[in-house]
Amino acid sequence: MINSSSDSVKKLNSINRRMFITGSLKFFIMMGIISRLFFLQVKENKKYLTLSDKNRIREWKLAPVRGEFHDYFGNVIAGNFEAYQLHIIPEQVDDFRYVIYRIKDLLELSDKEFKKVLKKKSQIKPWETLIVSDNLSWQKFSKINNHLYDLNGVKPVISISRNYPFKENFTHLIGYVSQANQNDIENTEVIKKNFVPGLKVGKVGLEKSFEKKLIGSNDIERYEVNAYGRRISQLEFQKGEKGKNLRLTIDTEVQKLANELLKDQAGSICVMDIYTGDVIAMHSSPSFDPNLFVFGISKDDWQLIRNDPMKPLVNKTLQGNYSPGSTIKPIVALSALENGIINTNFTVQCRGHKHPLELYGQSYHCWKKEGHGFMNLRNAMKQSCDIYFYEIARKLGVDKLSETAKKFGLGKEVFGDLFSIEKSGLVPNTQWKKNALGQGWLLGETIITGIGQGYIQTTPIQLCLMSAQIGNGGHKIYPRIVINDENKVAPMDKFSPLYTNSKNIKIVQDAMFASTNEVRGTSYKSRIDDLKYQFAGKTGTAQVKKITARDRELDLKTFEIPYEERDHALYVAYGPYKNPRYALSVIVEHGGSGSATAAPMATKLFKLVIDRHKMRQSINDKKYLEI
Amino acid sequence: MYQHTRLTTNRLNFFQKFRNYDYILLFCILLLGFISLATMYSTDGGEILFHTKSHFTKLVVFTIMMLIMSFINIKYWFSIGYLSYLAVIGLLVATYLFGITSSGSQRWINLYFINLQPSELMKIVIILCLAKYFHRMKLENVNSIYTILTSLIIIMLPMGLVIVQPDLGTSLLIAISGIAVLWFAGINHKYFIYTMLGFVISLPFIIAFLKPYQKLRVLTFLNPDRDPLGAGYQIIQSKIAVGSGGIFGKGFLKGTQSYLEFLPEKHTDFIFTLFSEEFGFVGSALLLVIYVIIIYRIVAIGANCRSYFAKIFCYSFGAAIFVFITINMSMVLGLLPIVGSPLPIMSYGGSSMLATMIGFGIVMSARVHNQQLIA
Repeated sequence: MINSSSDSVKKLNSINRRMFITGSLKFFIMMGIISRLFFLQVKENKKYLTLSDKNRIREWKLAPVRGEFHDYFGNVIAGNFEAYQLHIIPEQVDDFRYVIYRIKDLLELSDKEFKKVLKKKSQIKPWETLIVSDNLSWQKFSKINNHLYDLNGVKPVISISRNYPFKENFTHLIGYVSQANQNDIENTEVIKKNFVPGLKVGKVGLEKSFEKKLIGSNDIERYEVNAYGRRISQLEFQKGEKGKNLRLTIDTEVQKLANELLKDQAGSICVMDIYTGDVIAMHSSPSFDPNLFVFGISKDDWQLIRNDPMKPLVNKTLQGNYSPGSTIKPIVALSALENGIINTNFTVQCRGHKHPLELYGQSYHCWKKEGHGFMNLRNAMKQSCDIYFYEIARKLGVDKLSETAKKFGLGKEVFGDLFSIEKSGLVPNTQWKKNALGQGWLLGETIITGIGQGYIQTTPIQLCLMSAQIGNGGHKIYPRIVINDENKVAPMDKFSPLYTNSKNIKIVQDAMFASTNEVRGTSYKSRIDDLKYQFAGKTGTAQVKKITARDRELDLKTFEIPYEERDHALYVAYGPYKNPRYALSVIVEHGGSGSATAAPMATKLFKLVIDRHKMRQSINDKKYLEI
Repeated sequence: MYQHTRLTTNRLNFFQKFRNYDYILLFCILLLGFISLATMYSTDGGEILFHTKSHFTKLVVFTIMMLIMSFINIKYWFSIGYLSYLAVIGLLVATYLFGITSSGSQRWINLYFINLQPSELMKIVIILCLAKYFHRMKLENVNSIYTILTSLIIIMLPMGLVIVQPDLGTSLLIAISGIAVLWFAGINHKYFIYTMLGFVISLPFIIAFLKPYQKLRVLTFLNPDRDPLGAGYQIIQSKIAVGSGGIFGKGFLKGTQSYLEFLPEKHTDFIFTLFSEEFGFVGSALLLVIYVIIIYRIVAIGANCRSYFAKIFCYSFGAAIFVFITINMSMVLGLLPIVGSPLPIMSYGGSSMLATMIGFGIVMSARVHNQQLIA
């Protein structure tokens, strides 16, 4: 007992000593854990709270509502409509197979469409929305609604989508929207910011140019989600802003008429206010229905548009580079007058095809076989005598001519950078040829430039601007389409004179008047005698190929020539003559002669435009008008 | 003299046993049980579902078991020291042979009324066994080669059986329980220092022998952002949950991290994370205080015991419980790599609670019979 007790005392001492060491160790470890807790929960609390919220809160952006386009009178020309859609959340459906086949029957989906839906389904999570159909007709939509009792988990949804009520009328001007692609997202900041799957953005035209204003901002829904991304509850709904509406200078009625006039033909019509520069109509034909693109165009429709020989995808008003033909003659005449090369009495004899103008072995013919005889400026313009203009162009020289032409708006983009696709056309001079082609200018080239052939190229909108600036007495104007575009600053040199002597403009105007309203004028048949509508214009017939001697002999009628070889028909005009207000340009591709094809269209256009003038004036929206 | 008089009253009647009871310890255990129930209720999303019900049943049954155990003389527990060890070794062998495989490891054995995890029991039983082994040993014999080898075999045998399951975490905890006894038994501290050094030196070799998933755990521990959605997910989400709790927590049943299922294993190993998220720094500190009181009481009971066996058991059990708690907490707080180790009483899991309650039972018995000498 004694022995064991001395041993047990030793043992007790040992164990108690070690307990003491252990206890101290425990204390330090406990302190370590407490300080770790303190560090995480007190010191770093904010960081982890943010991380926790990031974990559990997820944002859903909804597609913003796009701004509308209105015409001058406030009619919606590109608006939003309620698209009827069919959504399914697969996990909420008891028997997905049954439901999807039932829907297939009800909507009469083709096997191809059906497969597409099934493929989409396999790509999403079961609690995500499957869009079975994004644009149902009302009949099918109501059919689905009638069978809802049988379609558990199917959601008929009304969503907002783009609509172009006037279909092909505004296609080239406004453009169209379609699903944003990778390019759109990467290149446009505002699209990147507002992007949601299925977002539709402008692809061409004003829809593209004004994307920033039109797009609006997203509705944002904040949801609490669990670790698997399933929505648990909605925390917040932040209403987005609708995109800005844009009001255009366009008159829908005139635009519609333009479309009608150019039906089944390729060409362009522009109508412009000669003082404000407001574009009343701007149409390129043939056109197509932009609504086709909103939900993705079908392959067949796309092929049809793409392969059309009349090239509906090209906006001819802005992109079409045409030889102006005789429509350049007012500028040639004006330039010659301004530079003192000729006066009104300057006379040239036109002796027909037997005696063309000979120059360095080349001969230059007038269009009239028999010749015009002795021509002064007024008569030459009236009858569009080529020999006369060959002669004054030769005397004038191409450099002086190009100076005047550029002043009147040829050879550069009319709308600046509003449309990325707009072409600048070409007003050649000697310098240009040396730089671009590395060759010296030939006199023969000056001569054909005098009747608007050769290198010179213009777009229809440029010709319209040119005639508008002749019509308003030679004052500079800046065409505009969008009225409420704050970014556009009013230019300082608006209405600054483009002439040195206003008499010269009067002479050209008078000559254009004669061309339309006097016997033997080239567009005499298309005149309107009523002073209210009376207009002055100039026809043009632009050759698309060189006329050979054989062609001259044959002298075929337009319909006898193959389509691609027929001349372009052009017409520029302004009116009413007594108190001018509007100018226009008409181009019909391969339409034959300007006087037969283009000028009659001008007659109808002037009638409508002038009839609607009062109505247009009555909209006195001071907020927008800046005259 | 005093001791002598007490010796005569060695046999206590029922009421004397009651008087000897450590009510502070009992209260703390019951409080912990209540907190664990509330937390379990929260993991079930604020409803009384399977986990809550099951936890409640186990808590009641095992608490009653603990109370009954505490009235049985400490001598009895001494006497079954080796037997219980052998029985659990037998269970481990049976687990190895016919165990139930779940999520890649064979840890459970079906005893018809309960699926038991014998490795959890081993954490306690090994203390009982070694405490008995060292009870009669003279201090000068403790450091003999024979003693050290025997005790090492006693530790290594269950470790090996648990490692093959495979369950590295639990086998390490078994080792720690065993080593705690060796420490208190008075094995020369040089051995501990040498072992520690040896371990550090051989660490690179050990890592080379680790299974790929174990290596991944170590790497993930060193840098959880390495693979935030894969291996690092648990620890990152756990830290977010604890950290976002703040000083006062998000409130009972309002822990978004667990409620929205960002937290993995929230019933078992990560239960402290959930508690900490909902009750914040204050709540967590209070929980720690409860654990500290429990450990303190266990140690105090050991200090007041006359028998060496009871003393060494209480000290070792206190140290083991302390290690279990700190390892679990360090793990969920990102201080240690993820090793499967439950938080005593709080975590869901019958075997762990059974083992802990057995330990408490024996400690209580030591308290009630603290004057009992064991020959």
